[in-house]
Amino acid sequence: MRRLGLALGLAFLWLPILLLVGYAFSADRIPFQWGGLSLRWFRALAANGRMLEAAWLSLRIAAGAATLAVLLGGLAGWALARFGRFRFRALFGVLAGAPLVLPEVVTGLSLLLLFVVLQGAAEAAFGWAPGRGAATVLLAHATLGLAYVAVVVQARLAGLDPALEEAAADLGAGPFTVFRTVTLPLIAPALAAGWLLAFTLSLDDVVVASFVSGPAGTTLPMLVFSQLRMGLTPEINALAAMVLGLAALLVGAAALILGRNGRVGDSAG
Amino acid sequence: MRRWLLLPPFLWLLLLVAAPVAILAVIAVSEGSAGVPPFRPPLSLAEGWQGTLEPLRLLLADVFYLDAFLRSLLVAFATAALCLALAYPMALGIAASPARWQMPLAALVLLPFWTGFLPRLGAWIGLLRDGGWVNRLLQGAGLTAGPLPLLYTDAAMLVGMVHAYLPFAVLPLATVLLRRDRAVEEAAADLGATPWVVFRSVTLPLSLPGALAAFLLVFIPAAGEFVIPELLGPPEAMLVGRALWVEFFQNRDWPLAAALALALLLVLILPICLFQRLEDAGEARGSGPS
Amino acid sequence: MAEPLLRLAGITRRFGATLALDGLSLEVRPGEFLALLGGSGSGKSTLLRIVAGFEAADAGQVLLQGRDITALPPHARPVSMVFQSYALFPHLSVFDNVAYGLRREGVARAEIARRVAEALALVGLAGLERRRPGQLSGGQRQRVALVRSLVKRPPLLLLDEPLAALDAGLRERTGLELRALQRATGAGFVMVTHDQGEALALADRVAVLEAGRLAQLDTPQALYERPATRHVAAFLGAANILEGRVEPDGRVACAAGCHLRPAAPAGPPGTLAAFALRPERIRLLATGAPPAENGILARVKDLAYRGDGWMAVAALPGGGEWRVALPAGAAPPAPGAAVALAWAAESLAPLAA
Repeated sequence: MRRLGLALGLAFLWLPILLLVGYAFSADRIPFQWGGLSLRWFRALAANGRMLEAAWLSLRIAAGAATLAVLLGGLAGWALARFGRFRFRALFGVLAGAPLVLPEVVTGLSLLLLFVVLQGAAEAAFGWAPGRGAATVLLAHATLGLAYVAVVVQARLAGLDPALEEAAADLGAGPFTVFRTVTLPLIAPALAAGWLLAFTLSLDDVVVASFVSGPAGTTLPMLVFSQLRMGLTPEINALAAMVLGLAALLVGAAALILGRNGRVGDSAG
Repeated sequence: MRRWLLLPPFLWLLLLVAAPVAILAVIAVSEGSAGVPPFRPPLSLAEGWQGTLEPLRLLLADVFYLDAFLRSLLVAFATAALCLALAYPMALGIAASPARWQMPLAALVLLPFWTGFLPRLGAWIGLLRDGGWVNRLLQGAGLTAGPLPLLYTDAAMLVGMVHAYLPFAVLPLATVLLRRDRAVEEAAADLGATPWVVFRSVTLPLSLPGALAAFLLVFIPAAGEFVIPELLGPPEAMLVGRALWVEFFQNRDWPLAAALALALLLVLILPICLFQRLEDAGEARGSGPS
Repeated sequence: MAEPLLRLAGITRRFGATLALDGLSLEVRPGEFLALLGGSGSGKSTLLRIVAGFEAADAGQVLLQGRDITALPPHARPVSMVFQSYALFPHLSVFDNVAYGLRREGVARAEIARRVAEALALVGLAGLERRRPGQLSGGQRQRVALVRSLVKRPPLLLLDEPLAALDAGLRERTGLELRALQRATGAGFVMVTHDQGEALALADRVAVLEAGRLAQLDTPQALYERPATRHVAAFLGAANILEGRVEPDGRVACAAGCHLRPAAPAGPPGTLAAFALRPERIRLLATGAPPAENGILARVKDLAYRGDGWMAVAALPGGGEWRVALPAGAAPPAPGAAVALAWAAESLAPLAA
């Protein structure tokens, strides 16, 4: 009975995805219609300049945002887990958690309004302001990613014996050495997993990017979304299959990292 | 000394989380204008208070927006309830499987989340359209003569929502069920409870915090969802997320869009606070002395 | 007398409204094994963390070999600590764990290899250098934690419940190894424990802490035979507490229904006095009548076999019960029988409170 529920649920989750991947190799011009095995639509995709451009932009934004998110979110998670009580800790915790729970439309709109206000201020002060585009999307995605990384790092540190850092200090390591030789190696898996999470989130986001981006910053999801509004095309189908392939690779990497992470955690407990 | 390391993330969060929400609140009481950006600051040094409560008044006065809110909450509730109904047996299945299968099974549930949101919606478009798989299956089985209009319906939207959010619901439930103390259930069985009574009187009540967390984890983002209703739902299904999008991108009414966002935030503040409290309680339990 | 290894002077630590340590002063002699014994909330762990530098005292001084280290951060203090959880670095091998402190001191590579190998051999862990802490048994982890601290040759080693995480069977043996190691290195050991048996068996001197104060500091024998306070007597195991009022002739009219004649006067007539009397100091008289002083006629209420003898619970005429240890060999009295009990004046340990 319990097995059946799990099997049905997994089938519901996976069947559409597997069908999508399968039909990406169909020659037929109508999606989800079998027209013989073919790489036709992958070739069409490779020749689609707009799509490639958007994909390249999205990858760069995602990598930049994930890196920023790991730096800032790592510090935030560390502070929340290890700094004890500090002034404004409650405020800090709420702000770090807010992007996780705010509806996307609210995050997108409020960030856009911030950028507009900052642009206005810059124009008033310098007579010139940078336009919105890839940079604003990157800032927005870094903020989203920060929140996720902070949660992952905080959870990782909460599961680690605080005496580890004390033991290092007791054995003669100064605060920086403690961080470098004990804290950092122990949270490295969480940082890597957080980077992947932030990277995926950025590659997946339509709503926030649509709000904060400018005319020059059409990301891949924005482009795909605008085409999906017209319906599914075989090219999009092929692209989806590729995104799934990439995601599977990333998830495989994350699983490896988290698997190691889990074993280290066991020995710590 | 290391306190200084707090500064970069703190300033970042103040600038990119706190300030935007504050600006949102300010612009929600601004008057629209034809300029760029299309609103007038509500407070200026030269002219003093220039704000207006018109956008907020409009939200309350126009049935259209009230409708959108009610519809959004209904859709979010239905999505969360359906997710919970599907997630519970799945989480139980994971918890009941042998230990070495639990992690891979949990990963299998989570993986679709990593595979991207739009590809999955694309799959549903392909499956539900007139000549799609589902219609062909129905016709092949002789259940319908012609294709049923499946895509761009409330049902399609709900299916898409449940598909997108189901992993969020399984995870907290599975966590709670995996962590539970089996001895409590064995004690109940030992005291004469049948398996069903054990489930009803022990397992289910003990998993309620996880179930509530799962529900909220789906409900909160679903209430503001824009992309899924847009791609799978009927055009006339005006939800808050869509209304906001239309006001902003099509009507260029920024104050009204900001007012909508603010109202959505206020509606969701209760579930969000509830969710945070659940999380904190979970953390306190999890990080206690072991 | 030589300079103390560690001197704590007036250490006070407050957590919110509670006073964890209340002006506590204490000295540890060079080469001494000192146990800090106390229940939870007695302040013993806080004291250890103040010596290690993880907690700051609100008032008082910590002097190590005459040097004031109160203001030094943990990494600048020459003391080492063995944590209750061992706190072995899970991402480092056994070798790297033990070498960690030496690397921080900038010891040369060859020297590190030599000293780590020597230290691991000392505790019988040679050959396990490459293992991760997760691949070790509980006893092995404990020994790694121990040598990780000892390899730095600290003058003073702090141990926070070092045996608490071990199985009961392993605890006694490991405790004896611990003391042998202490004798071999000559370092001062300060061990926090809540187990009085552990403290009495291993330590040269035991400091009993109660509510942030030092209740008594003495050798295990003195502590056991002559507990200074009611709390110490209770904490060190099943001592009988005798209370009464001092009479004009110097005797004490015991509430249990007898007259006590302590070895030294208990105080001016009319005052209240209390004594601890250990169960094994009470004799069972063959004759049916107890002496007029330091004796009582009681009834055997219950008997428990203890391997090395019997423990009898004796009900007293004035109410209350005593525990009486009966040596093996003699036939125990039947439950319900009346027995005459007696004890020597020196066995009565006066209690301060």
